[in-house]
Amino acid sequence: MDNLFILLFVPLVSALILFFIQDNKTAKGAALVLSLIQLGLTIPFLMSFNAAGGMQFEQSFSWISALGINFHLGLDGISLPMVMLTNGLIPLIILSTFDKQFRGNFYGLVSFMQTGLLLVFLALDAFTFYVGWEVALIPIYFICALWGEGDRIRVNLKFFIYTFFGSLLMLVAIIYLYNQVPTKNFEWASFVALDLSESTQRWIFWAFFIAFAIKIPIFPFHTWQPDTYTNAPTAGTMLLAGIMLKMGVYGIIRWLLPVVPFAVLSYSNVVMILCVIGVVYASIIAFKQNDAKRLIAYSSIAHVGLITAGVISWEADGLQGAIIQMVNHGFSVVALFFIVDMIEKRAGTRKLNELGGLASEMPQLATFFLIIVMGAIGLPLTNGFIGEFLLLKGVYGFGVWYAAIAGLTLIFGAVYMLRLYQKTMLGPLSDRFQQVWGLENHELIVLVAVVTVTLFLGVIPNAILDLSEASVVSLLNQIKF
Amino acid sequence: MGAIITLSVLGILVLYLGLYKAKNALLPVTLLGLLVAFGFTVADWNKDATPLFNGMVYFDKFALAFSMLCIFITALILLLSKEYFRNISEHVAEYYCLLVFSLTGALIVTAYHNFAMLFIGIEIMSVALYILVGIRKYDKASNEAALKYFLMGAFSTGFLLFGIALLYGASGTFDLEGLRNYVLTAGEISPLFYAGVLLMLCGLCFKIGAAPFHFWTPDVYDGAPILITAFMSTVVKVASFVGFLRLFSMVFVPVSDLWTPVLLTVVIITLFIGNITALMQSSFKRMMAYSSISHAGYMLFALVSISVTSAASMFTYAFAYSLASVIAFAILILVKRETGSDQFESFNGLGKRKPGLALAMTVAMLSLAGIPLTAGFIGKFMMFNQVMGGYNIVLLLLAVVNAAIGVYYYLHVVVNMYFKDADGEMQIQIPTSYKVVLTLAVALTILIGVYPDCVIGLL
Repeated sequence: MDNLFILLFVPLVSALILFFIQDNKTAKGAALVLSLIQLGLTIPFLMSFNAAGGMQFEQSFSWISALGINFHLGLDGISLPMVMLTNGLIPLIILSTFDKQFRGNFYGLVSFMQTGLLLVFLALDAFTFYVGWEVALIPIYFICALWGEGDRIRVNLKFFIYTFFGSLLMLVAIIYLYNQVPTKNFEWASFVALDLSESTQRWIFWAFFIAFAIKIPIFPFHTWQPDTYTNAPTAGTMLLAGIMLKMGVYGIIRWLLPVVPFAVLSYSNVVMILCVIGVVYASIIAFKQNDAKRLIAYSSIAHVGLITAGVISWEADGLQGAIIQMVNHGFSVVALFFIVDMIEKRAGTRKLNELGGLASEMPQLATFFLIIVMGAIGLPLTNGFIGEFLLLKGVYGFGVWYAAIAGLTLIFGAVYMLRLYQKTMLGPLSDRFQQVWGLENHELIVLVAVVTVTLFLGVIPNAILDLSEASVVSLLNQIKF
Repeated sequence: MGAIITLSVLGILVLYLGLYKAKNALLPVTLLGLLVAFGFTVADWNKDATPLFNGMVYFDKFALAFSMLCIFITALILLLSKEYFRNISEHVAEYYCLLVFSLTGALIVTAYHNFAMLFIGIEIMSVALYILVGIRKYDKASNEAALKYFLMGAFSTGFLLFGIALLYGASGTFDLEGLRNYVLTAGEISPLFYAGVLLMLCGLCFKIGAAPFHFWTPDVYDGAPILITAFMSTVVKVASFVGFLRLFSMVFVPVSDLWTPVLLTVVIITLFIGNITALMQSSFKRMMAYSSISHAGYMLFALVSISVTSAASMFTYAFAYSLASVIAFAILILVKRETGSDQFESFNGLGKRKPGLALAMTVAMLSLAGIPLTAGFIGKFMMFNQVMGGYNIVLLLLAVVNAAIGVYYYLHVVVNMYFKDADGEMQIQIPTSYKVVLTLAVALTILIGVYPDCVIGLL
C-alpha cells in the first residue's frame, strides 16, 4: 500500500468508471465513495512518512527509453501537504455538488483532473511533470466551459490558450535543460545538478516563471482569472482556486528555485514587486465588487500574491508559510465559494447590494461563515494567522518595505471579507429571500469539515509545518551558487 | 520490393475487376492486396538492406517504416471509401486503381536511391492524384482544384527536374551514393551544385505545401472530394517529406550552411501563414487545409537540424498527424452527409447527439494541437527536441507562439460540438467500417501518446 502509483491509478480508474454512469444519484454517490477511498489511501503515506527522510516512496520506471524519460514519482515534505490538500478537497468538492444535477461525465472529469494534479505534485521527472500539468488543464477546461454560465466559451478559450502558451514556454525550457544534462535525462535531480551560466539561467527563469505566473496567477498575468472564476460552475471554481493554482506555486518551489537559483536571486526583486502590486491591486478591486464570486476571485489573487512573495523571499519561514498557507487557502476558498453558491441558491442572486440579513434566518451558516472569514483574514487561532505570519516574516527578511506593503493585505483582507460578510449576513433581511431553508446535510458536512481544518490548523499548525520543515531546509541548503 | 510489385499488379487487377462489373469485390481485393504489400514490407524488416537494381531503390528500415505507414493509412482511407465513392461517381474501380497507383508512387519515393526513381515516384504519385482531385466531373470546385493542382504540380516538377539536371551536371551521377561521395570528396563544389540544391529545395517545398509555395494547397484540398483530401494530406504529404528528408540527410548535410538559412525562412513563414490563415476560416475543411500547411512547418523541423533522430521524429510526427487527419476527415464526411455543409456550424451539438464521434474528434483535435497523452504531443515534443539539439531557441519560441495560436482553431470545432446546440434534429448513421477505423485510429493515437516507445523504437 505504499506504492505511489496507487494514488494515480485510483482516480484514473474512477474517472473511467464514472464516465459511464448516466444517473445523477448513482454518479454522485460513486464519485464520493471513490474519492473517499482515494483519501483513505493517502493516509498510509502520511502515517509512514518520515519528515527528516527526504524524498520517499520513490518509484521510477523507464517510460520513453529512447529519450531517457522516466516515470519517476516521489513524495517529500513539500509535496505531501499538496497531495493531502488535493485528496482532501476533492471529496468536499464532490459533496458540494450534491444538490446539482451533474451526470457521471462531470465527476469523471473531476477524477481525471485529480490524476493530473497528483502527477504534478508527485513527479520527479520534468517530462512527467509537464504531462501532469497539461492533463490537469483539459478536464477543467471542459468543466468550466460545459457547465459554466455567461460568456463561458470565449472566457474559457482565453483561459486555455493563455495557460497553454505558458506551459509551452516551460516545455521549451525543459527541453533545453534536457539537452544540457550529460546523460540526457529529465530527472529533477539532474536538472538541479546542472551548472548553468548566468545568461542561460535568466531566460530559463522567465520561461518557467511565466508558465507558473499565469497559472497562479500573478499580476500582470492574471487577466484570465476573474472571468474564468466567475463564469465557471462553483465546483469548477473550487478546483481552480482550491487546488489548481497551487500547481504554480508548487512549481516555483520544486522546479524554479533549485534549478535556476542565480536567476531567482537576481530577479527576486522584480517578482516581489509584481507580487506586492498584485496584493494591493487585487485587494482594491475586491473592495468594489458587487458580485460576491468575483470578490472572492480577486481576493484569491491577493492571497496567492502574498504566498508567492513568501516563496520568492528565499527564507525558510517564507517557504514554510507558503506551504501551510496553500493548504489554508485551499480549504477557505472552497468554503467561501460554496457559501456564495448556497446563498445564490436561496436568493437567486449573488449581487451584494441585493442581499443581506441572512444571519437571522440561518444562524448556523452565519457562525460557520464567520469562522471561515476569520480564517481567511488571518485571525489568531485560525489557520490563516500562522500562514500569513510566517509569510510576512519571510518577506520581512527579504525587505522591510516589501513586508510593510504586503502587510496591508491583512487590513485590506479584513475590509473586503468583512464587507462580504456584512452585506450578506447582517442588516435587514433582503426581500430576495422569499423562502429560506436551513443547511442541508451535505452543506453542513462540508462546512463542518472546513471549519474543523481551520481551527485545527490554527491551534496546531505544526501538523503541517513539521512535515515540511526538513524538506524546506534541505531545499534551501541544496541550492548552490 | 515485393510491396511495389504487389501494388502495381493490384492496380491493374482492380481495373479489370471494374471492367467486369465486379463492384462488390473491389474493396476486399484492394484491402487484401494492401495486406500482402504490408506483409512484404514486414518480411523485409530484418533483412540487411542493400540498394537494388544498380542502386535504383533502397529498402532500408527508414523506407520500410514509412512504407508501412503509407500502406496502413491508405488502408484506413479505403475502409472509409465503401459508400463514399459510390455516392459521387459511377466509376468506382478507377478510384481504387488510382489510389493504389498513387500509393505505389509514394512507396517508390520513400525508397528511391537514384534521382530517376525520385522523379518517377513523384510523377506516379501525382499524376494519379491529378485525376482523383478532378474526379467529380460536373463539380466546379473539383475541376478548379484539379487544374490548379496540375499546373502547380507540373511547375514544381519543372523545378525539381532542373535541379536534378544541375546536380547531374556538377557531379555526373544520379545516384545518391555517388552524389554523397561527390559532396564529400570534391575539393571545390561547383556552383551548379549549389543552384541545383536550391532548385530541388523549391521543388520539394511545392510538393509538401510549405510557404511561400503553398498557394495551391487550400484550394486543392477544399475542392477535392474529402477522402482524396485525406489521402493527399496524409500519404502523399508524408511520402514527399520522406523523399525530402532522405535526400537532404543523406547527401546535402555537408553543404547545410547553404540551405539551412533558406529552409529556416521557409519554416517560419510556413508556420505563421498556416496558423494565422487557419484562424480565419469558417469551413472546417479549409481550416484543415491551412493547418496542414502549418504542420508542414513543424515537420520541416526535422530537416532544419538533421541528426540521427530526425527519422524517428519525422516518423512519429507523420504517424500522429496522419491518424488525426484520418479521424477528422472521416467525421467530416459523416457530418457533411447529414448537413450538406463543411462549415464549423454543422458540427453544432454533435457532443450531445453522437458522444462517440465527438470524443473521437476531440482526441484528433487535441492530438493536432499537441496536448499530452495524445500522439501529436509526442510528435511535437520530438520535433522541438530536434530543433533544440541545434540550439535554435528563437525558432522554438516562434513555434511556441504558433502552437498557442493553433489551439484556437482546433478548439473551435470542439466548442461547436459541445457548447453549441444544433438547430434541427438530425440522425447520423455511422457505418461499421467507420466505427472500426475511428476506434483503431483513436486507440493508436492514445497508445502512442501514452507509450511512445512502440513507435520511436522502430527507427
